[in-house]
Amino acid sequence: MALAKITSVSGRGVYVPGNDIDTDRIIPARFMKCVVFDGLGEFLFYDVRHTPEGVPTGHPIDKPEHKGATILLSGANFGCGSSREHAPQAIHKAGFRAVIAENFAEIFFGNSTTLGIPCVQAAREDIAKVAAAIEKNPAIEITVDVAALEVRFGSDKIKITQRESARDALVNGRWDAIGDLIDGLPAVQATAAKLPYMSAA
Amino acid sequence: MQAPAIVSAFRIVVFLCHTLPITMSAQPKSLFEKVWDAHAVRTLANGQTQLLIGTHLIHEVTSPQAFGMLRDLGLKVAFPHRTFATVDHIVPTNELVEPYKDNLAQAMMDELRKNCAQFGVTFFDRASGKQGIVHIVGPEQGITQPGTTIACGDSHTSTHGAFGAIAFGIGTSQVRDVLATQTMALGALKVRRIEVNGKLRAGVYAKDVILHIIRLTGVNGGTGFAYEYAGSTFDAFTMEERMTVCNMSIEGGARVGYVNPDETTFAYLKGRPYSPTGAAWDAAVARWRSFASDTGCRYDDVIKINADDVAPSVTWGINPGQGISITENIPSPETATSDDDRAGIIEALEYMKLPAGKPIKGVKINVAFIGSCTNGRLSDFQEVARYIKGRKVAPGVRAIAVPGSQIVGLQCEKLGLDKILVEAGFEWRAAGCSMCLAMNPDKLIGDELCASSSNRNFKGRQGSITGRTVLMSPVMVAAAAVTGVVSDAREVFAVSNN
Repeated sequence: MALAKITSVSGRGVYVPGNDIDTDRIIPARFMKCVVFDGLGEFLFYDVRHTPEGVPTGHPIDKPEHKGATILLSGANFGCGSSREHAPQAIHKAGFRAVIAENFAEIFFGNSTTLGIPCVQAAREDIAKVAAAIEKNPAIEITVDVAALEVRFGSDKIKITQRESARDALVNGRWDAIGDLIDGLPAVQATAAKLPYMSAA
Repeated sequence: MQAPAIVSAFRIVVFLCHTLPITMSAQPKSLFEKVWDAHAVRTLANGQTQLLIGTHLIHEVTSPQAFGMLRDLGLKVAFPHRTFATVDHIVPTNELVEPYKDNLAQAMMDELRKNCAQFGVTFFDRASGKQGIVHIVGPEQGITQPGTTIACGDSHTSTHGAFGAIAFGIGTSQVRDVLATQTMALGALKVRRIEVNGKLRAGVYAKDVILHIIRLTGVNGGTGFAYEYAGSTFDAFTMEERMTVCNMSIEGGARVGYVNPDETTFAYLKGRPYSPTGAAWDAAVARWRSFASDTGCRYDDVIKINADDVAPSVTWGINPGQGISITENIPSPETATSDDDRAGIIEALEYMKLPAGKPIKGVKINVAFIGSCTNGRLSDFQEVARYIKGRKVAPGVRAIAVPGSQIVGLQCEKLGLDKILVEAGFEWRAAGCSMCLAMNPDKLIGDELCASSSNRNFKGRQGSITGRTVLMSPVMVAAAAVTGVVSDAREVFAVSNN
């Protein structure tokens, strides 16, 4: 189970302003009536990107100059609400490979890391700097350097932070824990054997 | 990065020298630490813990992809006897016979049924008579027990913490991890004790307590924390009240919320289908008791609230932290405490189409919804029926009551509560998540405003992209249903302290 070592992500960026962008907004519940994650990308932010009549609203991710962007920028408490992995799945399937925000809701952060999507934190004024650079030149290349904990764009750079366990998992290629967890199965049996409620009825 | 680590290590040394003169083993621990330690399998390379998840609850929305991954990897379910499934999010509450009209819903139903059969997982489907919202089924079956770890692909899994369990909402990849290994990789949480003391005033409910807490801490104030709810108010709460509070922990950003197990917990569990019996019961109670937080254990933070300060509460905005008491005015941008707050108020008022600075009382409603994993239990319907008996839902208001489980539905029907609700003008439905998240036919239409006993008032949450949600306790929903406007239930139903 060799996973890619995700030390940095480079590409164009798009800024979606706002705080407390919840998972219902990232992927409305009605699009979760599916048994596979394929196809979720087109429904990312769907109800913000369309009027009730289905007319595009000109959301940042739909702007022609941001097509193909791989780095998403937003505000505080990004991904709050439900535990639906459909949210980071939709972000990934829409082509995004990293998210920069002031901070993240707990479950969303963990789900994203497990999918190999670095979620990194930056100060509000620093995010504004990157957003301004994108506004000026949408084609500007942005590098989210997870290993060095900085974001570089043009000749400028900002500092970012990330929870150490997540950073370690990403840069060392162990962001999906399943292999490690399976390796631990004998120890799991031993722990379970000490807990009466774990025994078969 | 180095300096803070040294400072905190120094603090720990000081702490140990001054407060723990006896032995390390006597160090008092919180329930969270005890449960964590008992379930920690080993430390992983990135510093996270491989944590044993004793009970895995699954449902149709977040499990099919996980089973798909299991098949792709050629893996089995490691502990099928500790895995329990039910169907709740997509089930129509007004359509009992399969195939359901909605092909997508039927496909999810079929997929779960197939997965449970193939992997040997117990499935509480509608034919079992035990189907319901996963967070109502676990406790009522006695599956949810103190001192255990629980995970479910749903953020309201924190509900189970009411029993002194550590219960995590997880994503689908973690559902896969738990299916395949009965463990997941996790970093320990900090623990915040939230103490509420005193007797709640008449007409104030557990729902108001949690809305009050979230208003105080904000929607992300709990990030990184497990909440320990305590104090005389919680001691006096029934299990159903404790579940209502723990349920909404995540709305304040806390992934886990729990109450220490006590006699109320044990009395609730006694005689349930999955509860131990005979000598095993006594042993289990002794064990459960031992998991309660020790006196003098360390908390990372403590918040104290006076029960007297909690009023009947309602939300006015687009997240559960945007709440006020029923007697307050809707905030206005001028009263904002920060730029963020101001932007939040403007965005919320625009979406909610509510007037800044005016009373919330009197805002017209279109729909009344009583149900959900927050407030879809027997006591919720008993309390509503007590007050709504003989009253009528206001003309033009669509009112639906949805029991959280088939068993809750049956209990209500045995007591005749369904009749009282129907006579008042409510529709009485079959069990499911219903209009809480509208992944089923129960949805708002256009910009309808719903007085709702559910847990989230996000934009579009109740199935219409412009639909509006005002969260409140079930009795407050009943009051709004009767008057047709957001109301103070204490006035509508002449609730007094007697």
